[in-house]
Amino acid sequence: MTIPASEMEGHAVPPLGESEEGVAGKVAGRSPTQLAMARFRADKLSMISFYVSCFVVFAAVASPILVKIGVFDPDGLNQDKLNTDLGGIPHGAFGGVSWSHPLGLTPGNGEDLLSRLSFSMTYSLGIALTGTLITVLIGVVLGIISGFSGGFVDATVGRFIDLTLSFPQTMMLLALAAPTVLLIRKDVSELPLLGFLENPDLANGLFVVIILSAFGWPPVARVVRGQVLSIREREFIEAAKLIGASRKRLYFKEVLPNVWAPILVYTTLLIPAYISAEAAFSFLGVGIKPPTPTLGNILRDSVSWTTADPTYFFLPGIVLALTVVAFNLVGDGARDALDPKTHR
Amino acid sequence: MVAYIIRRLIAGVVLLVVMSIVTFALFFASPIDPAQFACGKNCSPAMKAQTAASMGYDDNFFAQWGKFAKGVFVGRDFPDDPKLKITAPETIAHCAAPCLGYSKERTSTVTDLIKQTMPVSLSIAVVAFAFWIIGGVLLGVIAALKRGTLIDRGLVGLSLVLYAFPTFFIGLLLLKFVAIQWNWVPVPEYTPIAEGGITGWLSSLLLPAITLAVFFMAGYVRMTRAFVLESLSEDYVRTARAKGLPKRTVTFKHALRAALTPIVTMAGLDFAGLMGGAIITESVFNYPGLGKLAVAANTDFDLPTLVGLVILLASFVIIANIIVDVLYAVIDPRVRLS
Repeated sequence: MTIPASEMEGHAVPPLGESEEGVAGKVAGRSPTQLAMARFRADKLSMISFYVSCFVVFAAVASPILVKIGVFDPDGLNQDKLNTDLGGIPHGAFGGVSWSHPLGLTPGNGEDLLSRLSFSMTYSLGIALTGTLITVLIGVVLGIISGFSGGFVDATVGRFIDLTLSFPQTMMLLALAAPTVLLIRKDVSELPLLGFLENPDLANGLFVVIILSAFGWPPVARVVRGQVLSIREREFIEAAKLIGASRKRLYFKEVLPNVWAPILVYTTLLIPAYISAEAAFSFLGVGIKPPTPTLGNILRDSVSWTTADPTYFFLPGIVLALTVVAFNLVGDGARDALDPKTHR
Repeated sequence: MVAYIIRRLIAGVVLLVVMSIVTFALFFASPIDPAQFACGKNCSPAMKAQTAASMGYDDNFFAQWGKFAKGVFVGRDFPDDPKLKITAPETIAHCAAPCLGYSKERTSTVTDLIKQTMPVSLSIAVVAFAFWIIGGVLLGVIAALKRGTLIDRGLVGLSLVLYAFPTFFIGLLLLKFVAIQWNWVPVPEYTPIAEGGITGWLSSLLLPAITLAVFFMAGYVRMTRAFVLESLSEDYVRTARAKGLPKRTVTFKHALRAALTPIVTMAGLDFAGLMGGAIITESVFNYPGLGKLAVAANTDFDLPTLVGLVILLASFVIIANIIVDVLYAVIDPRVRLS
């Protein structure tokens, strides 16, 4: 997935005709990164998805502040706006849509849905991003080491990957949830600097992140290893070895910059996968619990109002799907931009 | 070839042993006392100690694992006490040869529990598999052939959107609207072949299988499309076209044939994973399969059942991996076994 050398030369070296005339100043060389970004920008769908993703990230960052200054109120119960005769369904059309509650209220509790959905992004994205970061970190380090060293180290990492992949992830998630969260809240939180883990939301969130990254790294390691296998044989590695570069330098200064393209693509595709994984975990009752909102636990609550309050059933699902599609398309766009050979 | 298969089998067995040890270690290190839950409410310390002894929880880690491993091959008794076997044989629960443990909460061997729930999970897996393979590959080929047209964009877009909705959302949508609100199909309830015949069995699996298939199909449409596009641009496809072969032959015999290899690999592994029960789909439709059993076992901390299930599912995946690797070599003559 690296950018072919021929292409880099084609753009970096000014065309012969012009350089003969001596107007080198007019022809600016463009780096492969600039080329990829230009290709990404030229794709309308990718750009729209990019803006949607940015908006989601903005909501995730801004929501805690907006909650703090009182614009959003995700936990306030507006019981007076619910129709108690109908089992707590909000008054008014479309699940109680009004100026003060643009997306309506949650039936039963009467919380403002817009506040909850927006604030849920903070937790859902937080979990997805942390999980992705740890997954990619483990995968990249193990992939580079295993691909570069070969032999015994490679075989060991390979078996370790087989072992990890053989575990049924969802079942492990279910089985380990209660004991692990208990362990985190009771024992781990007593360690210095980790006292904040006594907070149930953070402990539950941490558990989801642990499960996601513990079972998510093998594919990353495999992809990186495959790339490293071919890079290992290139001349510049030979040269670096000859001048006596240390292992650390070889791994992270010589090899890593050459595999960042597939890593970047994989990272952008992991984020949406982890956002939907968090939702699936919530449905099974694992993860951050209400009243703290996550996309998953809002959905878990909303699915019991399918026909009684369709607005509340469909809105969270659509928001989740939009977010996941947008991040996925950004990932696809990044792949196409970084590797012009792939066809859509 | 035979040497390769034997080598893979040995590696698989080693992997299974290591994985069962890791599973045991994970549950052993858990701060939750399994004897407490096996003993139930109103449990006195003496009763708890007795339960721990009868289930073998008072042993050290390696002894527990050793007993489990022995039970898989020769079976074991709970409690494993030769004296009691003579004086009061009715208090002993015997767990026959492939013994994966004994669940005190469910007063049944884990093997029996699996035997009861496995057919449900397997049925859902088989029907869903048929749906998503046929649908996914067919739509993927169509999208590849109509590349760049509205049909292609529509198919790829639709698969992306469907993939973005969580499984339980789609499942509930089908259940609450298609079955309950609009009454298009009866509310699904699992009927074995013995009771409802093939049609009854199939129609009872329709909605859960569609739910699962939608999730997998999305990926397969995109994958098939990419692989077919790749092989369509190969030289041998151009050769086939140039020598005047009919379009259908070129598409299916030349292009699709080469694209099928990676799809078979993926499909084999996905199917193996599904055999272990689609936890979410089974929960949504309330089907008594392996996944539902796992959820229930987790609710009351039924440790033996959980451990047995995890090890069973892992062995499915490991076996499927070996089969797929061997199949790969059979399908694709270029693959060299090393």
